[in-house]
Amino acid sequence: MCLGIPGQIIAVHDSVNNLALVEVSGVRRLINIAFIVDEDLPPAACVGAWVLVHVGFAMSRLDEAEAMHTLALLRELGELDEVGEADDLQIAINALSVRGSTP
Amino acid sequence: MKYVDEFRDPDRARALTLEIHRLVERIDRTRGGLERPLQIMEVCGGHTHAIFRYGIHQMLPPEVEFVHGPGCPVCVLPMGRVDDCVALAERPEVIFTTFGDAMRVPGSRMSLLKAKADGADVRLVYSPLDALAIARANPHREVIFFGLGFETTMPSTAMTVLQAHAGRIKNFSLFCNHITIIPTLKAILDSPDLRLDGFLGPGHVSMVIGTRVYRFIAEQYRRPITVAGFEPLDVLHSVFMVLRQIAEGRCEVENQYARIVPEDGNAQALSAIQQVFEPREFFEWRGLGSIERSGVRIRDMFAAFDAERKFPVANVQLADPQACQCGEVLKGVIKPHQCKVFGTACTPDRPLGALMVSSEGACAAHYRYARIDTSALTRRVAVHPGSAPAALRAPA
Repeated sequence: MCLGIPGQIIAVHDSVNNLALVEVSGVRRLINIAFIVDEDLPPAACVGAWVLVHVGFAMSRLDEAEAMHTLALLRELGELDEVGEADDLQIAINALSVRGSTP
Repeated sequence: MKYVDEFRDPDRARALTLEIHRLVERIDRTRGGLERPLQIMEVCGGHTHAIFRYGIHQMLPPEVEFVHGPGCPVCVLPMGRVDDCVALAERPEVIFTTFGDAMRVPGSRMSLLKAKADGADVRLVYSPLDALAIARANPHREVIFFGLGFETTMPSTAMTVLQAHAGRIKNFSLFCNHITIIPTLKAILDSPDLRLDGFLGPGHVSMVIGTRVYRFIAEQYRRPITVAGFEPLDVLHSVFMVLRQIAEGRCEVENQYARIVPEDGNAQALSAIQQVFEPREFFEWRGLGSIERSGVRIRDMFAAFDAERKFPVANVQLADPQACQCGEVLKGVIKPHQCKVFGTACTPDRPLGALMVSSEGACAAHYRYARIDTSALTRRVAVHPGSAPAALRAPA
């Protein structure tokens, strides 16, 4: 029900009624952008922006810097793990070589 | 797809799962063994669907359990309201418009789908604005839109009512069944048999209402909550964040989904909700009963667009079919497959209860994705530093 999909604003179709052409996964549709525009950010300033689309409305601007930040955090968590895996591998190799040296 | 694929990377998922296993080991060690599994409630049905679809519940150690929350609006809609929809749809002058999710929910007589098959003019729409367009194109018919959903969907129906008002559209009305999340979470937290250890906060509701509104969960009820995105890495990352709070003895509101969810929510969307809707004293939920101020109705100023005032609506309370245990599943008392009729009398093709209808319902998700025996995967695996459980290792 609360499904939302990221899409990119391609063009403003009707700035009076806040309608913009948004591309979601290669499909273009008219989307209402009233909830993401205000005096500081008029519709024309939205072209190129990524938004979250829900039932025909853009409900939030996708903050690209925050997306990068989350991905960086995920990479860090992964890296910790890769270091751990490497240590484990080293222990395993050591164990093997110890066994190998025993007659 | 940009901003989707990056959050589905299987290697990252594996690494993250390993971190979760380590964290649980740590919690287990510091507490000298856990008496019962840690329970994390995913509030939103979208998360329930993602958890089953991607098998996330199978990736977690057995010490962590998901409890499926009330955040599937179709699932918690009481049967009497479905009957009201069918009665409205059967009126000859009416074109009844609805999102697809609600079509197959069984009422006491029939579903909207059956009503359509029997000749009622029921139409699926993608957006409430499409319903307004149908009203403009059919001035001699009465177009009713079935407004359903939490704060994610509420701004869009509010905006549609505002547009209908501005355009002086006389033949459009809203059958308002919107519900709000905060009173519902309070009701869950106040229940005497509460065992939850933490929450995954609903990502898309939060992009509207923000994250500050959850502070009471951390401060008064002392439970950690992480607002979560919907891709598999988002869900795993959020579980990790909740567990890290548990491990460190913190209770805070954290935001994993900061790319979409601003701390303050969406001011324009909140203002549209505020203009059009006001709280109802009570709203009836399937399985959970009546919850104070958990639903909204249309303000008097927009009464002309309120289907409940324009047409007679019975609004009777009906008990679920006796065999149906949706209520117990919703409250987490039993798991979906423990229901007497799960997968036999009640299947997604012929649902008895609402939890089997919506793809976000715990039963439908369980039926579709989780009927495989996963006991071998979920058995406790000893996690040595740096070693992934065998089931999680990348194939060589």
